[in-house]
Amino acid sequence: MAYNLREQMSKPERFAPGHRLCAGCGAGVTCRAMMRALEPEDKAVVCNATSCLEVSSFQYPYTAWEDSYIHAAFENTSAVASGVESALRAMKKKGKLKDNFKILAIGGDGGTYDIGFQSLSGALERGHDFTYFCYDNEAYMNTGTQRSSATPRFASATTTPPGAESVGKKENPKDLTQIVVAHGVPYAAQTTFMGNFKDFHEKAHRAIYTEGPAFVNVLCPCPRGWQYPAEDLALICKMAVDTCVWPLYEVVEGKWMLSYEPKKKLPVEEFMRLQGRFKHCFKPGNEWTIQAAQEYVDRKWEELLTRCSQD
Amino acid sequence: MSIRDRLSGNEAIATAMRQINPDVFAMFPITPSTEIPQYFAQYVADGRVDTEFICVESEHSSMSACIGAEAAGCRAITATSSAGLSFMNEVLYVAASCRLPIVLAVACRALTGPININHDYSDSMAERDSGFIQIYAENNQEAYDNYLQAHRIGETPDVRLPVMICEDGFITSHALENIELESDEAVRAFVGEYHPENYLLKSENPLAVGPYGTSPYYMEARVAQAEAMKNAKRAILDVAADFEKTFGRKYGLFEPYRLEDAEVALVLMGSSAGTARAAVDELREQGVRAGLIKVRVFRPFPAEELAEALKDCKAVAVLDKSEGFSACGGPLFAETAAACVNLDRRPKMVDIVYGLGGRDFTVDQAKRVFARLEKIAATGETGPVYTHMGQRDLREEVQ
Repeated sequence: MAYNLREQMSKPERFAPGHRLCAGCGAGVTCRAMMRALEPEDKAVVCNATSCLEVSSFQYPYTAWEDSYIHAAFENTSAVASGVESALRAMKKKGKLKDNFKILAIGGDGGTYDIGFQSLSGALERGHDFTYFCYDNEAYMNTGTQRSSATPRFASATTTPPGAESVGKKENPKDLTQIVVAHGVPYAAQTTFMGNFKDFHEKAHRAIYTEGPAFVNVLCPCPRGWQYPAEDLALICKMAVDTCVWPLYEVVEGKWMLSYEPKKKLPVEEFMRLQGRFKHCFKPGNEWTIQAAQEYVDRKWEELLTRCSQD
Repeated sequence: MSIRDRLSGNEAIATAMRQINPDVFAMFPITPSTEIPQYFAQYVADGRVDTEFICVESEHSSMSACIGAEAAGCRAITATSSAGLSFMNEVLYVAASCRLPIVLAVACRALTGPININHDYSDSMAERDSGFIQIYAENNQEAYDNYLQAHRIGETPDVRLPVMICEDGFITSHALENIELESDEAVRAFVGEYHPENYLLKSENPLAVGPYGTSPYYMEARVAQAEAMKNAKRAILDVAADFEKTFGRKYGLFEPYRLEDAEVALVLMGSSAGTARAAVDELREQGVRAGLIKVRVFRPFPAEELAEALKDCKAVAVLDKSEGFSACGGPLFAETAAACVNLDRRPKMVDIVYGLGGRDFTVDQAKRVFARLEKIAATGETGPVYTHMGQRDLREEVQ
């Protein structure tokens, strides 16, 4: 059935309003869209890493989650999900399970790229039937915007501040989606919030309904850390995609497929200019940073195009 | 009818696990507990259990997977030792505070610094405040029997806490001893099915586990957990009573030996108890009123009961098989001394740290401790309260 936003939005919400996430935060948008991708008759267990999302969505005695939810710690969400999924198999075997449950895991880039990476890698290798959503806001936002391995080069974070001897973060980010693909998982994708959410919805649905481990990396802007006005969330996402900073693609059973090619690939500068975290890059004398950022994006984009054209 | 066999502590525990047939076993190897999941892997391979056996990539993940599985509504178990237990530290607290009755078998081993694979209690003692119930075994029979009781204790509705079943690394985990096993049917009847009230995979209503507990709520959660640990003492005794009725072997919070009229006594744990009992018997023949207490349950700590049992002794030595670096004694001493602090008349008490990293403990050593206690009892002078026993004088060796 063709995707229809109105139809999707008429589904009962499974991530309820009243959570404490900031206005203009991508995490709540991710959760709503992730939960919409579930078939209404299916139930879910959401495993969540310690994060802004966790402290904002399940603050005792309130929860924003209509489905079952578990938070244990920062670095172990995939292991917790492994346990839930093993329990599901055990109960199914014993005929104790009435409904169809889907196991979802969600963590920020800190809980996924960095401290939760071992647990994620282990769970992917073991082949548990679950879907991991990374809401990648490119820094440790819950503790106040410290750099992570997802933080782009030149971004200002509280541990990579610009100064007389610094132009922000020194290193390019880890390409986690590619690393996940290297595990040989049946499904991995990158998405963000674009237009009518067709891209997000279809990828999330495909991921959830793929047997085995699936991974969806969601670029998830943070107004506090990236320093943009809350109402610009959608614009930031669109610019990330149209500059090819965050390409949309999926890898199905090892086959790379580009989901979107901008009609006109915009300069990276256009994406950077919208955010306070790159402000120092526009100071006289720092022009080279914008050029270096462009070169990196161009190289990664070409690599991706090559992979997609070969498959 | 019991079945006579000859097993190591690890195989005895693995046998108990097989008989209980848990839903999920998340394993990660570490000496000397590794054999437990190895035996279990064979039970899985041979189709003798229905368990989902997952080989995860670390102990942190094995405990985390247990948290997920137990919260989902299943019986979840694992086993570890030493650094593995330390690596779990963070999530042990999570398991306990989420009130998940996971059962964790620990073959107790020294903590690294320097690395050592042999027995002491530095691993389990480092987790004494994690919120796990801790039950210690003297030998393979007790390891097996304690394991059979663990799920029921942890799953008791006003307890709902995870349980650590501790055996002494190598000494108990690897040594073969005679053992009485119970039949699979009898074990399953005794342990029963697990019927949690609420769980993640319950269709009727969803469950949220592991909230952010702000200041207005955090303390209430901790107090409720502390109450559960108090309730565990009763549950341990209830389950032990039923165990005795069913299988004929008696267990308590601790096991006194020739203590009724004892003037001098040892308080210790685990496999050392057999050695110390031999010393007690020898000394009794010589007319020394010696006795001992073997602590079985360290969490909840049986403070009132221990104080009551020790109140008529004149001098007591606590033998600590872990060094707490408090500069004033090991953890068993701290708890035992604290337990006796409000007695009107209490024994003089000293702490002796011994047996670290597999260092031997002998009958002669136990007798020397009793000789020291006799002197303390006669003079009322404790001398140095906190000492070590069994180490070489390295300065002499250098010369």
